[in-house]
Amino acid sequence: MKYLRLVVANLMRSKRRTFLTVFSIAVALFLFCTLRTVITSFEASLRASEATRLVVRHGASLVFPLPLSYKERLAQVPGVTGITYGNWFGGVYQDPKNQFAQFAMDVPTMFDLFPETVVSADQRRAFEAERNSCLIGRGLAKKFGWKIGDTVPIIGTIYPGDWRFTVRGIYEGKTKDVDENTLFFHWDYLNESLPEGRKNYVGIYWLRIASPSMAAAVSDRVDAMFQNSSQPTKTETEKAFQAGFISMIGNVQLLLTIIGSAIVFAIMLVTVNTMMMAARERTTEIAVLKTLGFSNGLILRLVGGEALLVSLLGGILGCGLAALIFHEVDFTGGGFFPNFRVLPETILAGLLLAMAMGILSGLAPALTASRLKIANALRKVA
Amino acid sequence: MDSKNGNLVELRDVHKIYYRDKNEVPVLQGIDLTIREGEFVALMGPSGSGKSTLLNLIGGIDTPTKGEVRVAGESLGRLNPSKLAAWRARHIGFIFQLYNLIPVLTAYQNVELPLLLTRLSTAERKKRVLFALDLVGLEGRAKHFPRQLSGGEEQRVAIARAIVADPTLLVADEPTGDLDARNAADILLLLQRLNQELHKTILMVTHDPHAAEKAQKTLHLDKGVLQP
Repeated sequence: MKYLRLVVANLMRSKRRTFLTVFSIAVALFLFCTLRTVITSFEASLRASEATRLVVRHGASLVFPLPLSYKERLAQVPGVTGITYGNWFGGVYQDPKNQFAQFAMDVPTMFDLFPETVVSADQRRAFEAERNSCLIGRGLAKKFGWKIGDTVPIIGTIYPGDWRFTVRGIYEGKTKDVDENTLFFHWDYLNESLPEGRKNYVGIYWLRIASPSMAAAVSDRVDAMFQNSSQPTKTETEKAFQAGFISMIGNVQLLLTIIGSAIVFAIMLVTVNTMMMAARERTTEIAVLKTLGFSNGLILRLVGGEALLVSLLGGILGCGLAALIFHEVDFTGGGFFPNFRVLPETILAGLLLAMAMGILSGLAPALTASRLKIANALRKVA
Repeated sequence: MDSKNGNLVELRDVHKIYYRDKNEVPVLQGIDLTIREGEFVALMGPSGSGKSTLLNLIGGIDTPTKGEVRVAGESLGRLNPSKLAAWRARHIGFIFQLYNLIPVLTAYQNVELPLLLTRLSTAERKKRVLFALDLVGLEGRAKHFPRQLSGGEEQRVAIARAIVADPTLLVADEPTGDLDARNAADILLLLQRLNQELHKTILMVTHDPHAAEKAQKTLHLDKGVLQP
């Protein structure tokens, strides 16, 4: 600790340079945490997927609906123990930037299929009883300050019009991976408001199966049943559906990893250059310290320690800001990133990365300083 | 060769050759030298005569091409870089022409530097630093940074730094070379006091005959050879 003052004093030699270096590392680590959180958010939605739930959608694309009449036939497929359905609503609350997921659901069956959506018995009864009511996640309630009894106006995009829902329930997720930023309302309420040509169509059916081992067999049976119809189906596990949904925007994980690595690597090179420059400017001082008896190893630790301290400060700042900002702004990316929270393991990974950056960027200047020949360094000045 | 016989510095047939491109540049040629404990020795000679190189060899910051350098009972050629650094910390106090204080540290912190390498407690270090600063007459300037001090004051801080760990030998390379006459006289007086009152052995390189007069003995070096 007695050398810490020396390390700090050297960093304070050029406050602007130190600040800019810390700031650039902080920006790199902020981006790292953000990109990593995109991945962990995707992973969380996959974890929340039930292995005993299948998703049935139109075989051509998710944008095409399936007839409501499929419900009875799907329910009779061997291995299917429950069924519910719903439509992606895609509305906007007040401002287009206020995006969150809204689903019109078959309310009498939805809680049976989604037991992870926890709501009190009173609120559930109130929600079930009122056709224009809605059930909102705890995250939404917190974000917009909505309470039971409030009216939520939504501007429809897929289903044009000004829609108004009364909040009758606020749900919580059974686990932390469950999205708490979705609004559910009655499918019947949506259906009865639609023109004749659009009535009685369903976006997605969810099937509950008796065991995860039956997933492939049930999926094959369902798809075979509608293979030759005008509206064929594609059935898959909920996890596969989520993963496929995510892959629609490419290999996100690889892309984000490449971007994140490139940013960190670029900033590390800048830091190496800065630390080299800082050490080179102090050649005489390092020679003087060695003259006083500071060993090569101690010089290595002092110069390397500066790089490590700068990187750690940048890491703490960047990771801390990411955690704070995404906690405060409650970012959900329009429902694409439910539970967008910087996880403790992401912060830990960020700090370890900052440490690695510090060690790597400090290595070259520290080695150069430790190998400095005193007489040569002093002769250059004299 | 041992300090037990009263000889603190002993050099035997010391040569130093520098290489510029592929050319050999002999700087020191067969130096034999003895400095006894408690002596104040001035080393004079024209530029390029090898004075500073000789000082660096005795101070353990350079190595001879040939010959033996023995200081404070230790043959320096036998020490590895780590042990040599520890030896310097224990035995040598350096005073430079350009003071070479660390600009981002206060006078107190500069003087404390050699003590950071010891196992002394913070309180003990403080006691010694304040004693050293008091000795050079700068007890009131402890919190000042080098840029806030005059050249003479900076050199006095450098002397305090050189003596704070109570080294066996003080080596001074043109300690008054960058000072005006009044400050130079003050520094020389201080070095004399350190020699006479604290019995410090001092080897001082100088161009200035007036400075050399303050020493008990003056050696002359010319073209890498000590003159009789």
